[in-house]
Amino acid sequence: MITLSNVHKAFGDNKVLRGIDLTVPKGTSTVVIGGSGTGKSILIKCILGLVEPDSGVITVDGVDVTTQPRDAFLARFGMLFQGGALFDSLPVWQNVAFRLLRGSLKRPKAEAREIAIEKLRRVGLAPEVADRFPAELSGGMQKRVSLARAIAAEPEIIFFDEPTTGLDPIMSGVINDLIREIVAEIGATTITITHDMTSVRAIADQVAMLHAGKIRWAGPIGDLDTTDDAYVRQFVSGSPEGPIETLR
Amino acid sequence: MTRILASIGAAVLSSLAALGRFVLFALGTVSHLFRPPFYPKELGHSLLQIGYFSLPVVGLTAIFTGGALALQIYAGGARFNAEAVVPQIVAIGMVRELGPVLVGLMIAARVTSSVAAEIATMKVTEQIDALVTLSTHPMKYLTLPRVLAATLVMPVLVGIGDIIGIMGGYLVGTQRLGFNGATYLQNTIDFLEPLDVTSSLVKGAVFGFIAALMGCYYGMNSGRGAMGVGRATKNSVVMAAILILASNFLLTEAFFSA
Repeated sequence: MITLSNVHKAFGDNKVLRGIDLTVPKGTSTVVIGGSGTGKSILIKCILGLVEPDSGVITVDGVDVTTQPRDAFLARFGMLFQGGALFDSLPVWQNVAFRLLRGSLKRPKAEAREIAIEKLRRVGLAPEVADRFPAELSGGMQKRVSLARAIAAEPEIIFFDEPTTGLDPIMSGVINDLIREIVAEIGATTITITHDMTSVRAIADQVAMLHAGKIRWAGPIGDLDTTDDAYVRQFVSGSPEGPIETLR
Repeated sequence: MTRILASIGAAVLSSLAALGRFVLFALGTVSHLFRPPFYPKELGHSLLQIGYFSLPVVGLTAIFTGGALALQIYAGGARFNAEAVVPQIVAIGMVRELGPVLVGLMIAARVTSSVAAEIATMKVTEQIDALVTLSTHPMKYLTLPRVLAATLVMPVLVGIGDIIGIMGGYLVGTQRLGFNGATYLQNTIDFLEPLDVTSSLVKGAVFGFIAALMGCYYGMNSGRGAMGVGRATKNSVVMAAILILASNFLLTEAFFSA
């Protein structure tokens, strides 16, 4: 279980997180929604320690993340970055097997390659893709490679940052299904950041809405369409009219 | 008046903070030299990129500089009947100063810029964050191999540059200025001292360290977007060039002050 208690983060005068309280139960899929620039990505970067919170406590399975040995802590996580964040200089299979080629999870090269090809197959990519470089792939294929990399070491916790941004609806559907299937298969705890409502409905067990630096609303996916919260209703409907300010 | 003093103070504090960040970065890089894990494949790749692939630019820079130096010394020496010192002055000029400095500046142009642009792009596209989430320390994986490779390979490049530069002077001296080939080489060898060569190689190592470190530092601290990458690249080359020239003065002072 992941818990965030009163987490604050500011960049200069810009207070991005203003007291986040959120609980992500073990083995569930939580989707964090919210407008662009509301700090959704910063939230998961705070959990991973990529960004240091100004105050507040973040725990994983009851242990403060700042007190855990860094390598062992990170070994429990997988992450799909918004832009894929594949390493340009490495072929696809070495991207996928990156963690298996070095560090505490190191395996023999042939075995790591075999696992990488299996994970690529799992995300619907042919073995021939393994020896290509990321720049030779389409955006959708890069996302899938990044997904394969996120699950390669079968982590307990996986974060997906805008997994369908920039993809066409069909490819978005494919990625959503893959995430749902893989999460069920591995039994991982996941947090997905998105503002794509189709993805929310496809992926989420529970939803949390981030607005003005705080969790505005959180609840099971079934309650998303029936909530009285005007902010959530506006966001879900995509209406420009409502309490969420829009610039026009 | 208060406002002027405040702005001067702010600039000084900002400069000191930047210096502090840079020193911490340098110390952090060096500290990883003694702490596993190590990435020998990355080191090998960097040795190839920084060393082997810099040979053409080093060779061309050195040969033209050596040739021009011979022409200048001959023309200048003729004013007081000292044309015969061309081999000695070319040798001492190339080995003590021009070899290491020009190779250092060429490496700053070629390697510092590419390292800064590569790492800055990695930062902008979240590849650095991805490295961290994959339990890989970016300084260990990206910075240390490049800095170590540049420090190790630069003395070799400078040595090669020195030799090619002297050969440039030799070609001009023998083909254009009428020097005897054997005498030219003998004068060169007789005049150079071990300290000249040692200083050249030490300067090379220091300049290599500076060039790669500046590329990594500005890359890792790049701003967002294409503008951030461009600024990081520009600043890295400018600072590397300035630090190379400044450290060259200090090293010359240390090696050759009376």
